[in-house]
Amino acid sequence: MDWVALGLSLKLGVMTILVLVPLALLAARWLAYRQFTGKPVLEALLAVPLVLPPTVVGYYLLVGLGSQSWLGQWLMQWTGHLLVFHFSGLLIASIIVNIPFAVQPIQRGFESIPQEVRDAAACCGMSPLRSLLTVELPLAWPGIVTAMVLTFAHTLGEFGVVLMVGGSLPGETKTIAISIYDRVQAMDFDAAGSMSLMLLLFSIIVLALANSLSKRFGRRGNYHEI
Amino acid sequence: MKSELRLDIRQRRPFALEAALQCRAGELLALLGPSGCGKSTLLRMIAGLQHAESGEISLNGTTWFDGVKRLKPQQRRIGYVPQHYGLFPHMSALDNVRAALHTLPKQEQMERATNWLEKVQLTPFTQRKPAELSGGQQQRVALARALASQPSILLLDEPFSALDSMTREGLYRILATLKSQLGIPMILVTHNLNEANLLADRIAVMGQGCILQEGAPSMVGLQPATRAVAALMGVRNILTSKVIRSQAGGSVLSLGDQELTLPFILPVGSTQHWCLPQNALSLAASQHEHTNLKGHISNLVRLGEQWLVSVNLPELTETIELQCSVTTPLAIHQPVDLILQTQKIHILEA
Repeated sequence: MDWVALGLSLKLGVMTILVLVPLALLAARWLAYRQFTGKPVLEALLAVPLVLPPTVVGYYLLVGLGSQSWLGQWLMQWTGHLLVFHFSGLLIASIIVNIPFAVQPIQRGFESIPQEVRDAAACCGMSPLRSLLTVELPLAWPGIVTAMVLTFAHTLGEFGVVLMVGGSLPGETKTIAISIYDRVQAMDFDAAGSMSLMLLLFSIIVLALANSLSKRFGRRGNYHEI
Repeated sequence: MKSELRLDIRQRRPFALEAALQCRAGELLALLGPSGCGKSTLLRMIAGLQHAESGEISLNGTTWFDGVKRLKPQQRRIGYVPQHYGLFPHMSALDNVRAALHTLPKQEQMERATNWLEKVQLTPFTQRKPAELSGGQQQRVALARALASQPSILLLDEPFSALDSMTREGLYRILATLKSQLGIPMILVTHNLNEANLLADRIAVMGQGCILQEGAPSMVGLQPATRAVAALMGVRNILTSKVIRSQAGGSVLSLGDQELTLPFILPVGSTQHWCLPQNALSLAASQHEHTNLKGHISNLVRLGEQWLVSVNLPELTETIELQCSVTTPLAIHQPVDLILQTQKIHILEA
């Protein structure tokens, strides 16, 4: 069992959720409530990582953030290291490929809140922030939990984009999925098997927990179940 | 201080809406009209939930909207009951009411929310969530929440439309009692004529994005200004006739191949739209000596203890409808005589 790789995968999953979900909340709420020209185009752009092969996303990130690009050079000057083949680059890649997995469930969650409920909150004198915290977030919660679970599970299982952007540097960019692949290449099926089984059980437990948590919150209101 | 709402707004898009109205403190104004006529939009504009293109909305001299100044709903102190109540589904009835009192200390929130739920007879249900309450109970929670913060105006958007008639009656009583106690302007959006007649001090009839007529319910019901208002007020017999001559103290109208003398002076040769209130019309046995009009029954429908009788007059395309007791022996194609109390006939504006 490659505990370092597992630890790195878990760290990447948690960091992706911590950075992406708050941003996704803002974007999803805006998309859920606003009607504007070009909204379908913007929604399609945000959904692109769903259909694009991860290696393609990885390729563009590798080229865009690499030492040959102006962005890569600028970031190198600013941070002192290249983002590619580094954990921070991996995090950026993970955030980008997970945008649709985070934004779409949260957007559906906000969209399911009836306009009348939001109007009533405003007429009760609630500020937009108070309305968000006390009315909208509790009602959109199942969507938010779904977003967190999907993002986490997807990060744990991501292979192509990680390999392209991060390579396979132990402790830095070698995640559990890469480690399983490495073990199979080395014909070490026992280690690959135990890691795969562990990942499978872990995924089932996380999904079951998230589902039950989401349903418990969902029962608080009338509108949601994931 | 007594407050008065004044509104005079205009918009062209997404649909044309033009309205001017006032509502005094303690007065309940019913906005009556068919679906899509703009009455709910008008209510949302008063609440600040959406804005007109131009015009002015003020309460007690304080401008809420003038095209440039646009106060948010939070700044207007509104009591608003939407059509489906807009209750917060994850909160108990008590917390729903407390949500409107969030600026007060917790103890005071509890006291006032409990007090309001008692006023709307919901004391045993304070800890229930909206999904565990009946439609009528949800409506009362919404009413308590709207009134708990001592609003400067109460806005009700078809709040009784989804309720059965028994529940509705009970809520009418609660609202009528509160109306006398509150002393604030109250605006009720409805498409239910009975509801408007029962609760409102004044009715504003809306159609196609404008106010067609405004006045006391009895006045609007008996003397609708136009054909559209008459139709909205449920007036059944709206007829169109030509004035063929005048005679002492009245005018003679042609009605198919018959003539009808009305006690009004109308321009000879003009076409008049007029309506026949139900209480101005009765059916007589044939060959009645004071018969005004002769016709025959074209359709007969039994509505409980009443016949809904359709009478065709010779050479007239419009049908006259009236109700009479089922004890009256009637049959389709039977010749009948109509007795009209011509002084109750109302001439509509062109």
